[in-house]
Amino acid sequence: MGAERALQGRSLVNASDLGLEEYESLFALAESIGRDPPAYAEACRGKILATLFYEPSTRTRLSFEAAMLRLGGQVLSVADPGTSSVAKGESLADSIRTVAGYADLIVLRHPKEGAAQLAAHYSPVPVINAGDGAREHPTQTLTDLYTIRTFKGRLRDLTVAVCGDLRYGRTVHSLLRGLRRYPGIRFFLISPEELRIPEPLRDELAADGIPLTEMPEMEAALPQADVLYMTRVQKERFFNEEDYLRLRDFYILTPERLGLLKEDGIVLHPLPRVTEIAYAVDADPRAVYFQQARLGMYVRMALIAAVLGVI
Amino acid sequence: MLRVDPIQEGIVLDHIRAGLGMRVFQELGLGEKGLTVALLMNVPSTKLSRKDMIKITGVPDLDLTKLGLLDPGITVNYIQGGAVARKVKPGLPERVAGLIRCRNPRCITSTEGYVAPEFTLVNPAAKEYRCSFCGERVRV
Repeated sequence: MGAERALQGRSLVNASDLGLEEYESLFALAESIGRDPPAYAEACRGKILATLFYEPSTRTRLSFEAAMLRLGGQVLSVADPGTSSVAKGESLADSIRTVAGYADLIVLRHPKEGAAQLAAHYSPVPVINAGDGAREHPTQTLTDLYTIRTFKGRLRDLTVAVCGDLRYGRTVHSLLRGLRRYPGIRFFLISPEELRIPEPLRDELAADGIPLTEMPEMEAALPQADVLYMTRVQKERFFNEEDYLRLRDFYILTPERLGLLKEDGIVLHPLPRVTEIAYAVDADPRAVYFQQARLGMYVRMALIAAVLGVI
Repeated sequence: MLRVDPIQEGIVLDHIRAGLGMRVFQELGLGEKGLTVALLMNVPSTKLSRKDMIKITGVPDLDLTKLGLLDPGITVNYIQGGAVARKVKPGLPERVAGLIRCRNPRCITSTEGYVAPEFTLVNPAAKEYRCSFCGERVRV
Protein backbone atom coordinates (compact mmCIF):
# COMPACT_ATOMS: atom_id res chain seq x y z
CA MET A 1 0.00 0.00 0.00
CA GLY A 2 2.89 2.33 0.80
CA ALA A 3 4.43 2.06 -2.65
CA GLU A 4 1.06 2.76 -4.29
CA ARG A 5 0.69 5.91 -2.23
CA ALA A 6 4.19 6.92 -3.31
CA LEU A 7 2.98 6.90 -6.91
CA GLN A 8 0.23 9.41 -6.31
CA GLY A 9 0.66 12.50 -8.47
CA ARG A 10 3.75 11.17 -10.20
CA SER A 11 4.42 10.97 -13.93
CA LEU A 12 5.75 7.83 -15.55
CA VAL A 13 8.21 8.67 -18.32
CA ASN A 14 10.76 5.85 -18.21
CA ALA A 15 10.41 2.24 -17.09
CA SER A 16 13.20 2.91 -14.59
CA ASP A 17 11.27 5.75 -12.92
CA LEU A 18 9.64 3.10 -10.72
CA GLY A 19 11.49 1.05 -8.15
CA LEU A 20 11.08 -2.72 -7.94
CA GLU A 21 8.86 -2.38 -4.87
CA GLU A 22 6.62 -0.01 -6.79
CA TYR A 23 6.47 -2.51 -9.66
CA GLU A 24 5.53 -5.25 -7.24
CA SER A 25 2.90 -3.11 -5.60
CA LEU A 26 1.32 -2.35 -8.99
CA PHE A 27 1.42 -6.04 -9.96
CA ALA A 28 -0.25 -7.02 -6.70
CA LEU A 29 -2.95 -4.40 -7.29
CA ALA A 30 -3.40 -5.54 -10.93
CA GLU A 31 -3.79 -9.10 -9.67
CA SER A 32 -6.40 -8.00 -7.19
CA ILE A 33 -8.27 -6.03 -9.89
CA GLY A 34 -8.11 -9.01 -12.27
CA ARG A 35 -9.57 -11.32 -9.62
CA ASP A 36 -12.50 -9.05 -8.84
CA PRO A 37 -13.02 -6.26 -11.42
CA PRO A 38 -16.43 -5.15 -10.04
CA ALA A 39 -14.77 -4.22 -6.74
CA TYR A 40 -12.90 -1.45 -8.59
CA ALA A 41 -15.67 -0.35 -10.95
CA GLU A 42 -16.22 2.94 -9.12
CA ALA A 43 -12.65 3.67 -8.05
CA CYS A 44 -12.13 6.55 -10.49
CA ARG A 45 -15.63 8.02 -10.54
CA GLY A 46 -15.40 11.75 -11.20
CA LYS A 47 -11.91 11.51 -12.68
CA ILE A 48 -10.99 12.24 -16.30
CA LEU A 49 -8.17 10.72 -18.32
CA ALA A 50 -7.01 12.46 -21.52
CA THR A 51 -5.33 10.41 -24.21
CA LEU A 52 -3.16 12.47 -26.55
CA PHE A 53 -1.86 10.30 -29.35
CA TYR A 54 0.27 12.08 -31.91
CA GLU A 55 0.87 8.90 -33.85
CA PRO A 56 -1.47 6.01 -34.52
CA SER A 57 -1.83 3.32 -31.87
CA THR A 58 -5.34 2.03 -31.56
CA ARG A 59 -4.30 -0.78 -29.27
CA THR A 60 -2.49 1.13 -26.53
CA ARG A 61 -5.08 3.91 -26.59
CA LEU A 62 -7.92 1.40 -26.29
CA SER A 63 -6.14 -0.36 -23.44
CA PHE A 64 -5.81 2.89 -21.48
CA GLU A 65 -9.35 3.98 -22.28
CA ALA A 66 -10.77 0.58 -21.33
CA ALA A 67 -8.75 0.68 -18.12
CA MET A 68 -10.16 4.09 -17.16
CA LEU A 69 -13.72 3.17 -18.11
CA ARG A 70 -13.53 -0.05 -16.08
CA LEU A 71 -12.44 2.05 -13.10
CA GLY A 72 -15.56 4.17 -13.48
CA GLY A 73 -13.70 7.22 -14.82
CA GLN A 74 -14.18 9.10 -18.04
CA VAL A 75 -11.98 9.61 -21.06
CA LEU A 76 -11.14 12.57 -23.30
CA SER A 77 -9.47 11.63 -26.54
CA VAL A 78 -7.97 13.47 -29.50
CA ALA A 79 -9.47 11.48 -32.33
CA ASP A 80 -7.06 12.55 -35.04
CA PRO A 81 -3.96 14.62 -34.28
CA GLY A 82 -3.92 15.80 -37.90
CA THR A 83 -7.06 17.84 -37.30
CA SER A 84 -6.12 19.06 -33.84
CA SER A 85 -4.25 22.12 -32.69
CA VAL A 86 -0.98 20.42 -33.60
CA ALA A 87 -1.83 20.94 -37.23
CA LYS A 88 -2.23 24.65 -36.41
CA GLY A 89 1.30 24.76 -35.04
CA GLU A 90 0.63 24.65 -31.31
CA SER A 91 3.63 23.57 -29.26
CA LEU A 92 3.52 20.38 -27.23
CA ALA A 93 4.06 22.36 -24.03
CA ASP A 94 1.00 24.52 -24.75
CA SER A 95 -1.17 21.53 -25.74
CA ILE A 96 -0.23 19.74 -22.55
CA ARG A 97 -0.93 22.72 -20.30
CA THR A 98 -4.29 23.26 -21.98
CA VAL A 99 -5.37 19.63 -21.69
CA ALA A 100 -4.12 19.51 -18.09
CA GLY A 101 -6.82 22.05 -17.33
CA TYR A 102 -9.47 19.56 -18.43
CA ALA A 103 -8.13 16.25 -17.18
CA ASP A 104 -6.71 14.65 -14.03
CA LEU A 105 -4.22 12.52 -15.92
CA ILE A 106 -2.68 12.65 -19.41
CA VAL A 107 -1.57 9.67 -21.45
CA LEU A 108 0.77 10.74 -24.24
CA ARG A 109 2.09 9.00 -27.30
CA HIS A 110 4.38 11.05 -29.51
CA PRO A 111 6.74 10.21 -32.38
CA LYS A 112 9.62 12.23 -30.93
CA GLU A 113 12.04 10.87 -28.36
CA GLY A 114 11.87 12.67 -25.03
CA ALA A 115 8.37 14.04 -25.69
CA ALA A 116 6.93 12.56 -22.51
CA GLN A 117 9.70 14.06 -20.42
CA LEU A 118 8.99 17.46 -21.90
CA ALA A 119 5.25 16.98 -21.28
CA ALA A 120 5.83 15.89 -17.68
CA HIS A 121 7.97 18.97 -17.14
CA TYR A 122 5.22 21.35 -18.25
CA SER A 123 2.16 19.47 -17.00
CA PRO A 124 0.60 20.22 -13.62
CA VAL A 125 -1.10 16.80 -13.73
CA PRO A 126 0.68 13.44 -14.06
CA VAL A 127 1.71 12.29 -17.53
CA ILE A 128 2.01 8.65 -18.50
CA ASN A 129 4.29 7.92 -21.43
CA ALA A 130 2.51 5.66 -23.90
CA GLY A 131 5.51 5.63 -26.23
CA ASP A 132 7.93 8.36 -27.31
CA GLY A 133 9.57 7.62 -30.64
CA ALA A 134 11.97 4.72 -30.48
CA ARG A 135 12.80 5.43 -26.85
CA GLU A 136 10.49 4.21 -24.09
CA HIS A 137 7.11 2.59 -23.59
CA PRO A 138 6.99 1.97 -19.84
CA THR A 139 3.42 0.69 -19.58
CA GLN A 140 4.22 -1.94 -22.17
CA THR A 141 7.08 -2.93 -19.86
CA LEU A 142 4.66 -3.12 -16.94
CA THR A 143 2.43 -5.29 -19.12
CA ASP A 144 5.31 -7.53 -20.15
CA LEU A 145 6.72 -7.93 -16.66
CA TYR A 146 3.29 -8.55 -15.21
CA THR A 147 2.62 -11.20 -17.86
CA ILE A 148 5.93 -12.93 -17.13
CA ARG A 149 5.24 -12.77 -13.39
CA THR A 150 1.74 -14.19 -13.94
CA PHE A 151 2.84 -17.14 -16.05
CA LYS A 152 6.30 -17.87 -14.65
CA GLY A 153 5.61 -16.93 -11.04
CA ARG A 154 8.77 -14.84 -10.79
CA LEU A 155 10.79 -12.08 -12.43
CA ARG A 156 14.23 -13.26 -11.37
CA ASP A 157 16.44 -16.10 -12.62
CA LEU A 158 15.02 -16.07 -16.11
CA THR A 159 16.51 -16.53 -19.56
CA VAL A 160 14.75 -14.11 -21.86
CA ALA A 161 15.13 -14.28 -25.65
CA VAL A 162 14.07 -11.15 -27.52
CA CYS A 163 13.63 -11.42 -31.27
CA GLY A 164 13.08 -9.01 -34.16
CA ASP A 165 13.60 -5.27 -34.33
CA LEU A 166 15.85 -4.58 -31.36
CA ARG A 167 17.16 -1.31 -32.75
CA TYR A 168 14.01 0.76 -33.19
CA GLY A 169 11.59 -1.26 -31.07
CA ARG A 170 10.92 0.86 -28.01
CA THR A 171 9.06 -1.95 -26.27
CA VAL A 172 12.27 -3.94 -26.38
CA HIS A 173 14.37 -1.11 -24.96
CA SER A 174 11.96 -0.60 -22.09
CA LEU A 175 11.71 -4.35 -21.47
CA LEU A 176 15.48 -4.81 -21.31
CA ARG A 177 15.82 -1.85 -18.94
CA GLY A 178 12.95 -3.14 -16.82
CA LEU A 179 14.26 -6.70 -16.55
CA ARG A 180 17.90 -5.88 -15.99
CA ARG A 181 17.13 -4.81 -12.44
CA TYR A 182 16.12 -8.32 -11.39
CA PRO A 183 18.82 -10.78 -10.30
CA GLY A 184 19.69 -13.80 -12.42
CA ILE A 185 18.43 -12.38 -15.73
CA ARG A 186 20.14 -13.51 -18.94
CA PHE A 187 19.35 -12.20 -22.42
CA PHE A 188 19.50 -13.71 -25.88
CA LEU A 189 19.13 -10.88 -28.38
CA ILE A 190 18.10 -12.24 -31.76
CA SER A 191 18.10 -9.85 -34.69
CA PRO A 192 19.59 -9.19 -38.10
CA GLU A 193 22.79 -7.16 -38.04
CA GLU A 194 20.93 -3.99 -39.10
CA LEU A 195 18.49 -4.17 -36.19
CA ARG A 196 20.78 -4.96 -33.25
CA ILE A 197 20.23 -3.02 -30.01
CA PRO A 198 21.65 0.51 -29.94
CA GLU A 199 25.18 0.80 -28.61
CA PRO A 200 24.33 2.96 -25.56
CA LEU A 201 21.80 0.36 -24.39
CA ARG A 202 24.30 -2.44 -24.93
CA ASP A 203 26.80 -0.44 -22.84
CA GLU A 204 24.20 0.05 -20.07
CA LEU A 205 23.52 -3.68 -19.88
CA ALA A 206 27.21 -4.51 -19.99
CA ALA A 207 27.91 -2.03 -17.19
CA ASP A 208 25.39 -3.91 -15.05
CA GLY A 209 27.15 -7.20 -15.84
CA ILE A 210 24.03 -8.72 -17.45
CA PRO A 211 24.91 -11.88 -19.42
CA LEU A 212 23.92 -11.08 -22.97
CA THR A 213 24.34 -13.02 -26.20
CA GLU A 214 23.58 -11.41 -29.55
CA MET A 215 22.76 -13.84 -32.34
CA PRO A 216 21.35 -13.70 -35.86
CA GLU A 217 19.15 -16.81 -35.53
CA MET A 218 16.66 -17.92 -32.90
CA GLU A 219 17.19 -21.69 -33.01
CA ALA A 220 20.09 -21.85 -30.55
CA ALA A 221 18.31 -19.68 -27.97
CA LEU A 222 14.91 -21.41 -27.87
CA PRO A 223 15.81 -24.56 -25.90
CA GLN A 224 17.15 -22.36 -23.09
CA ALA A 225 14.54 -19.59 -23.11
CA ASP A 226 11.98 -19.23 -20.33
CA VAL A 227 10.49 -16.33 -22.24
CA LEU A 228 10.52 -15.68 -25.99
CA TYR A 229 9.58 -12.08 -26.75
CA MET A 230 8.72 -11.56 -30.40
CA THR A 231 8.51 -8.09 -31.97
CA ARG A 232 7.28 -6.61 -35.18
CA VAL A 233 9.63 -5.00 -37.63
CA GLN A 234 7.87 -1.66 -37.92
CA LYS A 235 7.57 -0.01 -41.28
CA GLU A 236 7.42 3.50 -39.80
CA ARG A 237 10.88 3.08 -38.29
CA PHE A 238 12.53 2.78 -41.69
CA PHE A 239 13.46 5.58 -44.05
CA ASN A 240 13.68 3.15 -46.93
CA GLU A 241 10.92 0.73 -47.93
CA GLU A 242 13.36 -1.69 -49.57
CA ASP A 243 15.13 -2.23 -46.25
CA TYR A 244 11.80 -2.80 -44.55
CA LEU A 245 10.65 -5.39 -47.07
CA ARG A 246 14.00 -7.17 -46.96
CA LEU A 247 14.05 -7.47 -43.15
CA ARG A 248 10.36 -7.89 -42.35
CA ASP A 249 10.17 -11.63 -42.85
CA PHE A 250 13.59 -12.38 -41.45
CA TYR A 251 12.40 -13.93 -38.19
CA ILE A 252 9.14 -15.79 -38.13
CA LEU A 253 8.06 -18.05 -35.29
CA THR A 254 6.64 -21.18 -36.91
CA PRO A 255 5.23 -24.27 -35.16
CA GLU A 256 8.50 -26.05 -36.04
CA ARG A 257 10.60 -23.42 -34.33
CA LEU A 258 8.18 -23.30 -31.40
CA GLY A 259 8.92 -27.00 -30.97
CA LEU A 260 12.44 -26.00 -29.90
CA LEU A 261 11.19 -23.77 -27.06
CA LYS A 262 11.37 -25.07 -23.49
CA GLU A 263 8.29 -27.04 -22.41
CA ASP A 264 7.42 -24.37 -19.86
CA GLY A 265 8.59 -21.41 -21.94
CA ILE A 266 6.15 -18.68 -22.90
CA VAL A 267 5.81 -16.55 -26.04
CA LEU A 268 5.04 -12.86 -25.66
CA HIS A 269 4.36 -10.21 -28.29
CA PRO A 270 3.38 -6.56 -27.78
CA LEU A 271 0.94 -6.81 -30.74
CA PRO A 272 -0.09 -6.04 -33.38
CA ARG A 273 1.43 -9.03 -35.12
CA VAL A 274 2.14 -8.89 -38.83
CA THR A 275 3.93 -12.00 -40.07
CA GLU A 276 6.41 -12.71 -37.28
CA ILE A 277 4.27 -15.34 -35.53
CA ALA A 278 2.47 -17.94 -37.67
CA TYR A 279 -1.23 -18.26 -36.86
CA ALA A 280 -0.67 -21.98 -36.26
CA VAL A 281 1.31 -21.02 -33.15
CA ASP A 282 -1.71 -19.37 -31.50
CA ALA A 283 -3.25 -22.64 -30.32
CA ASP A 284 -0.15 -23.61 -28.32
CA PRO A 285 -0.70 -22.94 -24.60
CA ARG A 286 2.73 -21.32 -24.45
CA ALA A 287 1.50 -18.54 -26.78
CA VAL A 288 0.19 -16.06 -24.23
CA TYR A 289 0.17 -12.81 -26.23
CA PHE A 290 -3.58 -12.32 -26.17
CA GLN A 291 -3.69 -12.92 -22.41
CA GLN A 292 -0.80 -10.43 -22.27
CA ALA A 293 -3.02 -7.75 -23.85
CA ARG A 294 -5.71 -8.33 -21.22
CA LEU A 295 -3.19 -8.32 -18.38
CA GLY A 296 -1.92 -5.03 -19.79
CA MET A 297 -5.31 -3.48 -19.22
CA TYR A 298 -5.32 -4.63 -15.58
CA VAL A 299 -1.85 -3.27 -14.92
CA ARG A 300 -2.84 0.04 -16.54
CA MET A 301 -5.89 0.11 -14.26
CA ALA A 302 -3.55 -0.38 -11.31
CA LEU A 303 -1.24 2.40 -12.53
CA ILE A 304 -4.08 4.87 -13.16
CA ALA A 305 -5.59 4.16 -9.74
CA ALA A 306 -2.23 4.53 -8.00
CA VAL A 307 -1.25 7.74 -9.81
CA LEU A 308 -4.65 9.29 -9.12
CA GLY A 309 -4.41 8.16 -5.51
CA VAL A 310 -7.85 6.57 -5.44
CA ILE A 311 -6.83 3.16 -4.06
CA MET B 1 59.02 39.49 -31.45
CA LEU B 2 55.59 41.10 -31.14
CA ARG B 3 54.97 42.26 -27.60
CA VAL B 4 51.77 43.18 -25.79
CA ASP B 5 52.06 45.14 -22.59
CA PRO B 6 51.26 43.29 -19.37
CA ILE B 7 47.85 44.13 -17.96
CA GLN B 8 47.24 45.41 -14.44
CA GLU B 9 43.61 44.37 -13.91
CA GLY B 10 41.95 41.82 -16.09
CA ILE B 11 41.93 38.28 -17.41
CA VAL B 12 44.40 36.32 -19.49
CA LEU B 13 43.09 33.26 -21.27
CA ASP B 14 46.17 31.12 -21.71
CA HIS B 15 46.95 27.76 -23.29
CA ILE B 16 44.27 28.10 -25.95
CA ARG B 17 44.90 25.50 -28.63
CA ALA B 18 46.62 27.23 -31.58
CA GLY B 19 44.05 28.28 -34.13
CA LEU B 20 41.12 28.29 -31.69
CA GLY B 21 41.69 31.81 -30.32
CA MET B 22 39.45 33.56 -32.82
CA ARG B 23 36.57 31.16 -32.11
CA VAL B 24 36.97 31.65 -28.35
CA PHE B 25 37.01 35.43 -28.93
CA GLN B 26 33.79 35.23 -30.95
CA GLU B 27 31.96 32.70 -28.79
CA LEU B 28 32.60 34.74 -25.64
CA GLY B 29 31.50 37.91 -27.46
CA LEU B 30 34.66 39.72 -26.38
CA GLY B 31 34.41 42.22 -29.22
CA GLU B 32 31.01 43.38 -27.99
CA LYS B 33 31.82 44.26 -24.39
CA GLY B 34 33.68 47.55 -24.97
CA LEU B 35 36.83 46.14 -23.39
CA THR B 36 40.42 46.42 -24.54
CA VAL B 37 41.25 42.96 -25.80
CA ALA B 38 44.35 41.50 -27.42
CA LEU B 39 44.14 38.22 -29.33
CA LEU B 40 47.55 36.64 -29.82
CA MET B 41 47.88 33.75 -32.19
CA ASN B 42 50.59 31.14 -32.64
CA VAL B 43 52.56 32.29 -29.61
CA PRO B 44 55.55 29.99 -28.93
CA SER B 45 54.81 27.74 -25.94
CA THR B 46 56.94 25.21 -24.08
CA LYS B 47 53.82 23.20 -23.20
CA LEU B 48 51.93 23.31 -26.49
CA SER B 49 54.68 24.34 -28.93
CA ARG B 50 52.24 26.94 -30.29
CA LYS B 51 49.25 28.43 -28.51
CA ASP B 52 46.77 31.27 -28.74
CA MET B 53 46.21 33.76 -25.91
CA ILE B 54 43.64 36.42 -25.15
CA LYS B 55 44.34 39.35 -22.84
CA ILE B 56 41.37 41.29 -21.54
CA THR B 57 41.47 44.50 -19.52
CA GLY B 58 38.70 44.60 -16.94
CA VAL B 59 36.97 41.57 -15.50
CA PRO B 60 33.93 40.61 -17.57
CA ASP B 61 31.71 37.66 -16.61
CA LEU B 62 33.05 34.78 -18.65
CA ASP B 63 30.97 31.71 -19.40
CA LEU B 64 33.39 29.10 -18.04
CA THR B 65 31.05 26.27 -19.12
CA LYS B 66 31.26 27.46 -22.71
CA LEU B 67 35.01 27.94 -22.36
CA GLY B 68 35.43 24.40 -21.02
CA LEU B 69 33.46 23.03 -23.94
CA LEU B 70 35.51 24.96 -26.49
CA ASP B 71 38.83 23.85 -25.05
CA PRO B 72 39.05 22.21 -21.62
CA GLY B 73 42.82 22.85 -21.55
CA ILE B 74 42.46 26.64 -21.35
CA THR B 75 43.80 28.40 -18.25
CA VAL B 76 41.93 31.46 -17.00
CA ASN B 77 44.31 33.79 -15.15
CA TYR B 78 42.69 36.55 -13.11
CA ILE B 79 45.14 39.46 -12.89
CA GLN B 80 45.17 41.97 -10.04
CA GLY B 81 47.83 44.65 -9.55
CA GLY B 82 49.80 43.22 -12.46
CA ALA B 83 50.10 39.76 -10.88
CA VAL B 84 48.15 36.52 -11.23
CA ALA B 85 45.67 36.48 -8.34
CA ARG B 86 43.83 33.28 -9.29
CA LYS B 87 44.06 30.54 -11.89
CA VAL B 88 41.06 28.54 -13.04
CA LYS B 89 41.01 25.51 -15.34
CA PRO B 90 37.42 25.24 -16.55
CA GLY B 91 37.82 21.64 -17.77
CA LEU B 92 34.93 19.79 -19.40
CA PRO B 93 31.67 20.74 -17.68
CA GLU B 94 29.65 17.89 -16.13
CA ARG B 95 26.36 19.44 -17.26
CA VAL B 96 25.66 21.77 -20.14
CA ALA B 97 22.35 23.52 -20.74
CA GLY B 98 21.48 25.62 -23.74
CA LEU B 99 24.86 25.51 -25.49
CA ILE B 100 24.57 22.29 -27.48
CA ARG B 101 21.74 21.30 -29.78
CA CYS B 102 20.80 17.65 -30.00
CA ARG B 103 21.69 16.23 -33.40
CA ASN B 104 19.15 13.43 -33.22
CA PRO B 105 16.42 14.34 -35.73
CA ARG B 106 13.98 12.21 -33.71
CA CYS B 107 14.62 14.17 -30.50
CA ILE B 108 11.70 16.27 -29.26
CA THR B 109 14.01 19.30 -29.06
CA SER B 110 14.42 19.18 -32.86
CA THR B 111 10.83 20.39 -33.28
CA GLU B 112 10.06 22.10 -29.97
CA GLY B 113 12.63 24.86 -30.34
CA TYR B 114 11.78 26.58 -27.03
CA VAL B 115 13.30 23.71 -25.07
CA ALA B 116 17.00 23.74 -24.26
CA PRO B 117 18.22 20.20 -23.76
CA GLU B 118 20.55 19.55 -20.89
CA PHE B 119 23.56 17.40 -21.65
CA THR B 120 25.44 15.25 -19.15
CA LEU B 121 29.08 14.30 -19.63
CA VAL B 122 29.28 10.52 -20.11
CA ASN B 123 32.73 10.03 -21.65
CA PRO B 124 35.30 12.75 -20.88
CA ALA B 125 38.01 11.15 -23.05
CA ALA B 126 35.79 11.34 -26.12
CA LYS B 127 34.14 14.64 -25.03
CA GLU B 128 30.84 12.80 -25.27
CA TYR B 129 27.61 14.13 -23.76
CA ARG B 130 24.14 12.56 -23.42
CA CYS B 131 20.94 14.45 -24.23
CA SER B 132 18.57 14.56 -21.26
CA PHE B 133 15.55 14.18 -23.52
CA CYS B 134 16.37 11.46 -26.04
CA GLY B 135 19.55 9.94 -24.59
CA GLU B 136 21.47 10.59 -27.83
CA ARG B 137 25.21 10.86 -27.38
CA VAL B 138 26.84 13.93 -28.86
CA ARG B 139 30.54 14.62 -29.25
CA VAL B 140 31.51 18.25 -28.86
